[in-house]
Amino acid sequence: MKNYRIIVEKFVEGVLFSSSTITSLTVILIIVFLFREGIGLFHGSPLEKDFVIAVSKQNPIQELDAAKVKAIFNQDITNWSKVGGANDSIILFTTSDITNYYSEEELGSALEFLPKKLNDFIVSHPGAIMYVSGKSLPPGFNGHRIKIKDITIPGFVFGRQWYPTSEPIPSYGIWPMIIGTLMVTLGALLFAIPLGIATAIYMAEVADIRIRNILKPVIELLSGIPSVVFGFFGLIVIVPLIQQTFHLIVGETVLAGSIVLGIMALPTIITITEDSLRTIPQSLKEASLALGATRWQTLVRVVIPYAKSGISTAIILGIGRAIGETMAVLMVTGNASNIPHSFLVPARTIPATIAAELGEAPYGGMHFKALFALGIVLFLFTIVINFTVEFIKNSKKEIRS
Amino acid sequence: MIQAEAKKINVWYGDFHALKEISMTFKPNTVTALIGPSGCGKSTFLRLFNRMNDLISNFRLEGLITVDGENIYSKDAKIDEIRKGIGMVFQKPNPFPKSIYENVAYGLRVNGINDRKTVDETVERSLRQAALWDEVKDDLKKSAMSISGGQQQRLCIARALAVQPRLILMDEPASALDPISTAKIEELIFELKKAYTIIIVTHNLQQAGRISDYTGFFYLGEMIEHDKTQKIFLNPGNERTQNYITGRFG
Amino acid sequence: MTKKRLIQKIAFITFGFISLLVVGILVTILGFITIRGIGVVNWEFLTAMPKDGMTKGGIFPAIVGTGCLVMGSMIFAFPIGVLSGIYTNEYLKDSWLKRFIRMMTNNLAGIPSIVFGLFGMALFVNYLKFGDSIIAGSLTLGLLTLPVVIRTTEEALKSVEDSLRMGSYALGATKLQTIKRVVLPVAYPNIITGLILSIGRVSGETAPILFTVAAYFLPKLPSSLSDQVMALPYHLYVLATSGTNMIETRPMAYGTAFVLVAIVLIVNTTASLLRRFLQKKVKMD
Repeated sequence: MKNYRIIVEKFVEGVLFSSSTITSLTVILIIVFLFREGIGLFHGSPLEKDFVIAVSKQNPIQELDAAKVKAIFNQDITNWSKVGGANDSIILFTTSDITNYYSEEELGSALEFLPKKLNDFIVSHPGAIMYVSGKSLPPGFNGHRIKIKDITIPGFVFGRQWYPTSEPIPSYGIWPMIIGTLMVTLGALLFAIPLGIATAIYMAEVADIRIRNILKPVIELLSGIPSVVFGFFGLIVIVPLIQQTFHLIVGETVLAGSIVLGIMALPTIITITEDSLRTIPQSLKEASLALGATRWQTLVRVVIPYAKSGISTAIILGIGRAIGETMAVLMVTGNASNIPHSFLVPARTIPATIAAELGEAPYGGMHFKALFALGIVLFLFTIVINFTVEFIKNSKKEIRS
Repeated sequence: MIQAEAKKINVWYGDFHALKEISMTFKPNTVTALIGPSGCGKSTFLRLFNRMNDLISNFRLEGLITVDGENIYSKDAKIDEIRKGIGMVFQKPNPFPKSIYENVAYGLRVNGINDRKTVDETVERSLRQAALWDEVKDDLKKSAMSISGGQQQRLCIARALAVQPRLILMDEPASALDPISTAKIEELIFELKKAYTIIIVTHNLQQAGRISDYTGFFYLGEMIEHDKTQKIFLNPGNERTQNYITGRFG
Repeated sequence: MTKKRLIQKIAFITFGFISLLVVGILVTILGFITIRGIGVVNWEFLTAMPKDGMTKGGIFPAIVGTGCLVMGSMIFAFPIGVLSGIYTNEYLKDSWLKRFIRMMTNNLAGIPSIVFGLFGMALFVNYLKFGDSIIAGSLTLGLLTLPVVIRTTEEALKSVEDSLRMGSYALGATKLQTIKRVVLPVAYPNIITGLILSIGRVSGETAPILFTVAAYFLPKLPSSLSDQVMALPYHLYVLATSGTNMIETRPMAYGTAFVLVAIVLIVNTTASLLRRFLQKKVKMD
């Protein structure tokens, strides 16, 4: 009997223990899968599957980076000497251009002569650069493929252009989104921190119990409203308001995102700040009042310094909430992939980009990988935030002891 | 001469009648101990003198409290001015999480005194009066949390002295301290009596006997007896006082 | 000296005003959605399929879809979350393991919902080959809710006084008996309330279901766990931003938004009523 009971106890403890490992396991799995899908962006050709960039055999250039290729096809670079080749002007060529050079009869009814004609073309145009399917190149092709340099992490993070589907070569630079995310978040905080902290102080230190009993459920309700509803409200009310107030062409702006996000970050900031204000011992407040300080002076000189780490935690978690928010921002910021230079222009954020584009990115393609890499960046942001919060909590404990 | 006076005091917390018809006077440069079992109202009574009970939402007072002849509950009384003039030392040492220096300077700063020289002088004088100066004079910038409990309590006394109070209220100031620190605090109270009037709530009867000139015995919200300490301890006029002093209940 | 009192007065009035503003924001949002939405909601809206390019009909499949997802995620997250909360609070002493588990739970709670969406897609939809399905969506949402459930449970258990546990141990009860007979009966009102509140959270999440289950337009009910479904929050997003005829779908959007807000209101009210009721019951027993 006794034995049986011990076995049951141990068994239950085992079940409980395995449940408690799930969160750690999930975090690890998230890391594994984000990297598994996203890291491929940094090795492998950024070109569409099977497509190649080729030049004539005489052309000395073996390798180009994506930005140069893009510039060439945008005709920003028109001479080979600019990219380290001979002084010869560049002739752009994609498969659809073939009819400009050869008649349909020459190519054959089922394009069966296309490979040969491609070869003829490169022989007769040594200055050409071709963007064609690798399969249509004949054996003994009189040219060579240009190796495209791998996308680098700095190139990804600091790249200023995000054209994930452009031909012949897409660009995956997320700098505009990092700036967009940070600006929207910053704006949200400028709005939410003063409002949130003031409300928390009012609830914890000023209002009497009846008013607090009204405010508390209101804040809870605010935190429960789904983000799409905030986004919808923002889209219908705030966006037109901003458009009219500032006489803009579009109201979907950083500002709109900041306002909506600010509202959404309020409950986080208020709840955590209020909790931390409540941890201050009553006798400390009384000591201050007994010295002739007003309640306000007590608040500013004793209560707030005492609750400092709690308030910083509230702000940082508010930042976390704002950085990761997806749907509301997606609906109100306009999603332009330029670097925003003011609060009154459209911008896009990292989460909004993922949400908007993942559905259209072919599984396993470079675009898909780039979006997962964006997910990694977002994940890293939140990890930094979480560890900062841990750090603040721990350093607070040390001071107290 | 009378420093402070309570006349026909009645206090309610909601429906609870916490203090009943209490009248008491306090002479300058004396120590009055308030004794009695837990919940007898002695702390509530003490906290009337700097209006600390105002913080409790359902608190109600009838009667008159005067300090230096001034009615501190009059309509136009300024509550922070009143509190400034009356120092308070709490049960547990409760220094602010600031430096030693800033703790003592706090009362000055919140009352608009920021002149460097005045503050410096006051801090030194208060710490000397609290018999702490020699122990901390080289560590004024250190956090007040870093010194011992006994030192912290003397710091809290120095903090109260800095605003030059007319009356000092002490709510069991040594109950959280070890015997040696307690002895130091008692010694200090004896010294402070020369310049201040002190009301002290204590659970410790020996302590009341050692340090006070007058003693008031509270029981169930009433003041049973108030007289010279010697009289109370050696020859109490009331049977309940006798029973309490001799330890029959507590 | 009146200066400092004046400053206090100004500050407190300002703070009161700001608090009023915060309440005002909430009232504006709720009021706006309610006024525009309540007229749209009728029996047909709640029980019919969407039709005519989502400009007419109802949102029935989205309601059913959200219902399925809430159920699915709760079946996954409630038991695991509660058990995990019991383990960390009752079994683990203050050790590196406890700190580590806490830290990981906090980390998970801080991960943005869109990252859960990516993860759900990579693991459940692609790697485990569930495809876009109720099961993939439910599991993703379940993982997202897990930290909330764990924290709720821990908070509820923490509020049980240690003296109760000691009393039970002193009578020779084992740990498990103590938890079962003493701790849980006191803590369960708060646990249940927390669980109900998390239902509100799950029903409004959009980002995690975008790529794991949500269908743009699917006017039929799911027949198995491997079916896609429509869901209320995603439906609102679609109606608000990419409907075929934005002007004509607008009333449907208001109606959907109102239904979402109503769910949150109902859930919050139920939770607080239930907490009061259960706490009374615990005291009576």
